[in-house]
Amino acid sequence: MNRFRRVLLCLALMLAAPGVFAQNFITVASTTSTEQSGLFKHLLPVFEKKAGIQVRVVALGTGQALDMARRGDADVVFVHDPAAEEKFVAEGFGLRRQEVMYNDFVLVGPKSDPAKILGSRDIVDAYKKIAAAGVPFASRGDKSGTHAAELRLWKTAGVDPQTGKGGWYRETGSGMGPTLNTASAMNAYAFTDRGTWLSFKNRGDLVISVEGDQRLFNQYGVMLVNPAKHPHVKREQGQAFVDWLVSPEGQATIAAYKIGADQLFFPNAKR
Amino acid sequence: MSGLGEAFAAAWALIAGVEPGLVGIVTLSLQVSLSAVLIASAIALPLGAAIAVGRFPGRQALIVLLNALMGLPPVVVGLLVYLLLSRAGPLGSLGILFTPSAMVVAQTVLVVPIIAALSRQVIEDAWREYDEQLRSLGASRPSAALTLIWDTRFSLVTIVLAGFGRAAAEVGAVMIVGGNIDGVTRVMTTAIALETSKGDLPLALGLGIVLLSLVLLLNALAALIRELATRRYG
Repeated sequence: MNRFRRVLLCLALMLAAPGVFAQNFITVASTTSTEQSGLFKHLLPVFEKKAGIQVRVVALGTGQALDMARRGDADVVFVHDPAAEEKFVAEGFGLRRQEVMYNDFVLVGPKSDPAKILGSRDIVDAYKKIAAAGVPFASRGDKSGTHAAELRLWKTAGVDPQTGKGGWYRETGSGMGPTLNTASAMNAYAFTDRGTWLSFKNRGDLVISVEGDQRLFNQYGVMLVNPAKHPHVKREQGQAFVDWLVSPEGQATIAAYKIGADQLFFPNAKR
Repeated sequence: MSGLGEAFAAAWALIAGVEPGLVGIVTLSLQVSLSAVLIASAIALPLGAAIAVGRFPGRQALIVLLNALMGLPPVVVGLLVYLLLSRAGPLGSLGILFTPSAMVVAQTVLVVPIIAALSRQVIEDAWREYDEQLRSLGASRPSAALTLIWDTRFSLVTIVLAGFGRAAAEVGAVMIVGGNIDGVTRVMTTAIALETSKGDLPLALGLGIVLLSLVLLLNALAALIRELATRRYG
């Protein structure tokens, strides 16, 4: 009996052990690219130590992150789809949108280069060639910021990728990492932000096919969720995080994040 | 498969290195899933017993429903609980979305049908066997139900373990209602999903091996308790 009770007691204690959770925290809706590239792991400890505010990041696609904030489930949004962000602010869900940093998108594809675009700096031309050759292309298909940017480029190229659906155009309906995993397995082309690509390990035969085009610019913005819409939003702490991101210290911390020799994000907040 | 070798190496490094981050993740996994299973058992075992010995209109339909709910997709449960707990939802004022409490709620919803449906079957079978005996002793239905829960306790432990397996293994629900927040709501399964996303497949599989070992350990513990209990109570 004794031993039996002791085991039960141990179990009970383990469950009762209070989770030590800081009361002073904010919830940030952000994107998979910032989380999976490791930026937050580098950035947040610096801010948390300075401000004494814990930052809880929920990483989703940009569309989903904005929806989450619309429902009032976040205090701050930190995403990368300027058009969608401005709409979010115009609808009254967000306060002033501030630009924080940028990086760029790249097109990755198999080393064997079936679309003959390796080393090109013209992303639109590359898209046309992929569609013309009908070689596999893995798309996010999840209304994320990256997906929105990819679709804009198809439009510029004058190609409707939906015509390739079921054939060469493959929508994974998932995050950047899973889409790269799929592309790597199928030896398909994929459109990705550079940060996720640099920190991605399961590359297989994939290499960067196209980079350096002006149109591949990827701007990140940050904004506080409007407390007038959602009164429980932690205005003070949330604003402190926004202000820190665009401050000289925050900007320098972003610039200092590197994988190997590569800088992932380039601060460009307007002073 | 060189990947498998790397995975075992990663798993070993994780266990041997005892990373503080990993300990937190493992502890949270256990806390959330064990809490969910305890709460679910407290609801589902009496429920299963009541349906087993009770006779009421719509009983068959309820049994079919309960059996069907065993196949409840975790993602759907996650979405329902998310909409319920979201600030814009009916229980939003609680403010427990993206906390371990929300994860316990979601896993409880997932596990209740499993424990209720399976225990209903086990207890009903026992009820058929002992029906006359219990009646000749003048037992009322509620007291018969309690007696039967006690009599079938060893089978019920296995059922509860099945419930725990479901809770500890699911990723869809806790990902949505927990948000996979580093250091707050990250558990084993969401950590595995994250590492898979980052393309670090060996580390992801390594974490999977750690999770599996943990479930194995817990089942061994349950077997030990059962063994001790059998010796005590016969």
